[in-house]
Amino acid sequence: MGVLTRNLDLFVAHFGETLRLFAFSAVISLLAGVFLAMLRVSPVPVFRGVGTLYVTVVRNTPLTLVFVFFVFAYPYLEIIKFEFFTAAVVALSIYTSAFVCEVVRSGINTVPVGQAEASRALGLTFTQMLGSIVLPQAMRSVVPPMVSTFIALLKNTTVAAGFSVREAGAIRDALSEAGESTLVGMLWVAGIFVLLVLPLTFLQRVLEKRWSVAR
Amino acid sequence: MRVRALTAVLLAGGLALTACGKEGTGTDTAAAPAGVFEVAKDVKVEGSPTFDKIKSRGSLVVGVKEDQPGLGFKDPTTNKYTGFDIDMAKLIAAQLGFDPASKVEFKTIQSAAREQAIINGDIDYYVGTYSITAARKEKVSFAGPYYIAGQDLLVKKDNSAITGPDTIKDKKVCSVTGATPAKKLREDKLVQPDTNVVELQSYSLCVTKLLDGEIDAVSTDDAILKGYAAAEPDKLKVVGKTFSTEKYGIGLPKDDKALRDKVNEILEKSLSDGKWDDIYKNTLGKSGSEGKHPTLEKY
Amino acid sequence: MTTVLFDVPGPRARVRHRLLAVVGIAAIVAFLGYVIWRFIDTGQFEGRKWSWIEYKQIQISLVEALGRTLSAFAVGAALALVFGAVFAAARLSDHRWVSAPAAVVVELFRAIPLVIMMFFFYYGLPATGVKLTAFTSVVLSLMLYNGSVLAEVFRAGINSLPKGQAEAAYALGMRKTQVMVFVLLPQALRAMMPTIISQLVVLLKDTALGFLITFEELLYWGRQIGGQLQFGRPLIPTMIVVAATYIGLCLLLTWFANYLEKRNRRNKKVIALENDKAELVVIGNDHQA
Repeated sequence: MGVLTRNLDLFVAHFGETLRLFAFSAVISLLAGVFLAMLRVSPVPVFRGVGTLYVTVVRNTPLTLVFVFFVFAYPYLEIIKFEFFTAAVVALSIYTSAFVCEVVRSGINTVPVGQAEASRALGLTFTQMLGSIVLPQAMRSVVPPMVSTFIALLKNTTVAAGFSVREAGAIRDALSEAGESTLVGMLWVAGIFVLLVLPLTFLQRVLEKRWSVAR
Repeated sequence: MRVRALTAVLLAGGLALTACGKEGTGTDTAAAPAGVFEVAKDVKVEGSPTFDKIKSRGSLVVGVKEDQPGLGFKDPTTNKYTGFDIDMAKLIAAQLGFDPASKVEFKTIQSAAREQAIINGDIDYYVGTYSITAARKEKVSFAGPYYIAGQDLLVKKDNSAITGPDTIKDKKVCSVTGATPAKKLREDKLVQPDTNVVELQSYSLCVTKLLDGEIDAVSTDDAILKGYAAAEPDKLKVVGKTFSTEKYGIGLPKDDKALRDKVNEILEKSLSDGKWDDIYKNTLGKSGSEGKHPTLEKY
Repeated sequence: MTTVLFDVPGPRARVRHRLLAVVGIAAIVAFLGYVIWRFIDTGQFEGRKWSWIEYKQIQISLVEALGRTLSAFAVGAALALVFGAVFAAARLSDHRWVSAPAAVVVELFRAIPLVIMMFFFYYGLPATGVKLTAFTSVVLSLMLYNGSVLAEVFRAGINSLPKGQAEAAYALGMRKTQVMVFVLLPQALRAMMPTIISQLVVLLKDTALGFLITFEELLYWGRQIGGQLQFGRPLIPTMIVVAATYIGLCLLLTWFANYLEKRNRRNKKVIALENDKAELVVIGNDHQA
C-alpha cells in the first residue's frame, strides 16, 4: 500500500496521461475507422482496394513497429514535426482504426441483404434506409466488439512508455528513480488496469448477450 | 499457385542473404599509434587466482559495451570493437602479456549484468564506463580510475545559447530512461521536470532527436557525449561544464588484490609514458575536447 | 450484385462511380507521389542508406534476430496453447473450487497489458532475487496473456459443440475425462483452428513488444542498424525491411488459417459450430499490439 500512497500524485498524473492518450486516440481512430469502413463497402472498386490494403498492412504490423516508425523514422522524412505525445496518438490511431474498420464492416455485413432490398422496394431513400433500417441493426453487432477494440486500445497505450510519454507504463521508471520498489509498483499498475478494464468487459458481455438474442 | 510464388520469393530472399556477402572494413578503426599495444613478456602476478586462471586458459575474456561510439562500440559490419574503453582494455591485456590482436576475446555485457558477470567469472575484467561506487565495491573491486567523467551536455555545433547546466532551464534535454543523469536533471531542478526531460531507451536515439532539432541537448557523462561528438565533429559539440563526478574504473573480481595492484601499475605507467594520451587522442580526443589525466585511487 | 447498402448500379450510377474512381485514383496517386517524393528528397533510396545489406556480418545478425523472434514465437505459442488447454479444462470443471480460480486467472491476465507483464518480469522480479532474461520475460508474458485468450477460445469451442456429442459419449459409458479428451476436445480444436491461428498471429506480433525490454529481436535489430552513422543512420530502410518481414510472416500464418478453414468446410468430419459464439470471444482480443 505504501508505494501507492507515497506516490499517489505520480500514479494519478501517469494514469491521467494514459486516459488522455486513450481519449484522443479513441476519437480519431473511431472517425478514421468509420471512414475506412465506408471505403471498404463502397461500390467503387478502387476505394475498396485501398481500404483492404490499409487494413491488411496495418493489422499484420506490430504496434511497437508503428511506434518506432512514427517516433524515430518518420522525422527523417522532414514533413511535420510531432511532439512525443502527438506521435503516440498518431501511432495508436493508425493501428486501432484498422480494427475499428473491420468491426464496422462486419457489422454492416451482418444485416441481411433482404432488409435493404425491402426498404428500397418501399421507396426509402439511401439516407432513410441507412438511418432507420441498416444502421440500427448493424449497431447491435458493432457495439460489443467495438467495446473490446477500445479495451485493447486502453491496454495498448502502455506501449507509449517506451517512447517518452509519461503514462501508466512509465510509472516503473519514475518509481525506480525515486528508489521505490518497482515490483510492488508494477502490481499496483496491473491492479488499476484490471479495475479499469473489467467493468468494460462486463459491459461488453451484457450488451452482447442482450443484443444477440434479438436477432 | 500462390504457395509456389511464395516459396519462390522466400527462396530468392534466402539466396540473396547468403550468396553475396561483403566483408566489412570498418570506418572508425584507425589503428592506434605503433607501440601502444606492445606485448610485455614473462609477466608474473604472484598470488592472483584470476591471473592463474587466465594463464591456464591462454587467453583473456574482457567485458565491454558495444553501443557507445568512441568508447565501446561494435561495428556491425565487422563485429570488431573500437573506442577508448576498448583500447584501454587492449593496453592492459598487452601489459599482462597477451596479444590484443589474437589472445583477447571481447564480450558485450549489459550495464545491469556487470557485477554478476565478474562474480560468476564469465569475464576476467570489465572496461565500460563503469563508475566506481561504494555499493559496487561490496561486490567487485576496481582498479583506476582510468578516466574521470562528469555529467555534461551535448548540443549542436552552432548552439551558443547553452553554455552550462544553468542555461537549460527551459530547454528540452534528453537522457536514458531510468538512469542517474535524468534523475539529476529532475532532482536538481535543472530543467522543468515534468515537460522538458525527454527519456528514451538509448543515447543513440537521443542523439538522433538532437540532430532532428526536436530536443536541445543530450545529457550524460561527458565521456559518452564525447564519443558521439567525435563521430560527427562538424555537427555536434560537448559543452564542457561538468556538474557531477563519475570515476570510471576497471572492474575486477573482489578479492584479487594482486591483479588489482598490477592493473593499477599498468595504468600508472600509461599515464606517465604518454600511452594514455595516445589512446585518448585517437578516440575521444577527436571530439575536440581535452583529456584530463585521472589520479589513481589505490586501495 | 447487390450489397446491403447499394443496389445494382444503373447507367447514371455507373458514370458516377467511374468519376469517383478517377477522382479517387488521382487522390491516391497524389498522396503516394508526395510520400515517395519525401522519401527520395530526404535520400532514403540512396545507395549509402541501403549498403548495409551487402555486409555479411549484418546479414548474419539479421538472420539471428529473426531467429530470436521466431523462437520467442514458437516457445510462446507452445506454452500458450498448453496454458489455454489446461485453463479451459479447469473452467469447464464441475467443481467450483477448480473452475472459479481458473476463471479469475483467465480474466485477470486478459485485463493486464502485456507491456506491464513484461516490465514486471524483467524489471520487477529481480528485487525478489529471481532474475529472468529478456527472452524468458517475453515468453512468459506471451504465455499468460495469449494462453488466457486461448483458454476462452477453447472453452467457447467446446461449449458450441452440439449437446448430442457429449450425451452420446456418456451413453456409451465414457467417463468425463474420456468424453473431454476423446470426443469434445479434438472436435473443438479442429473447429476452432482458424481462430487459434489468428490468435497466434497476434502472438507473433506481440513478440515485438520485447523491444521495450531490450530483447534483441527483429525490431531491436532494425533500430540498432538503423542508428549506424557509417550508413547515414538508415532507420527508414531498416524499418521497411523489418515491417516487410513481419507482414510477410503474419500473412503466411493468416493464409495457413484460411487454408485450414477451407479444408474444414469441405471436410464432413468437422461439425459446424452452432453459432458464432466462439468468434465473438475472439474478435475483441484480436488487437493486442
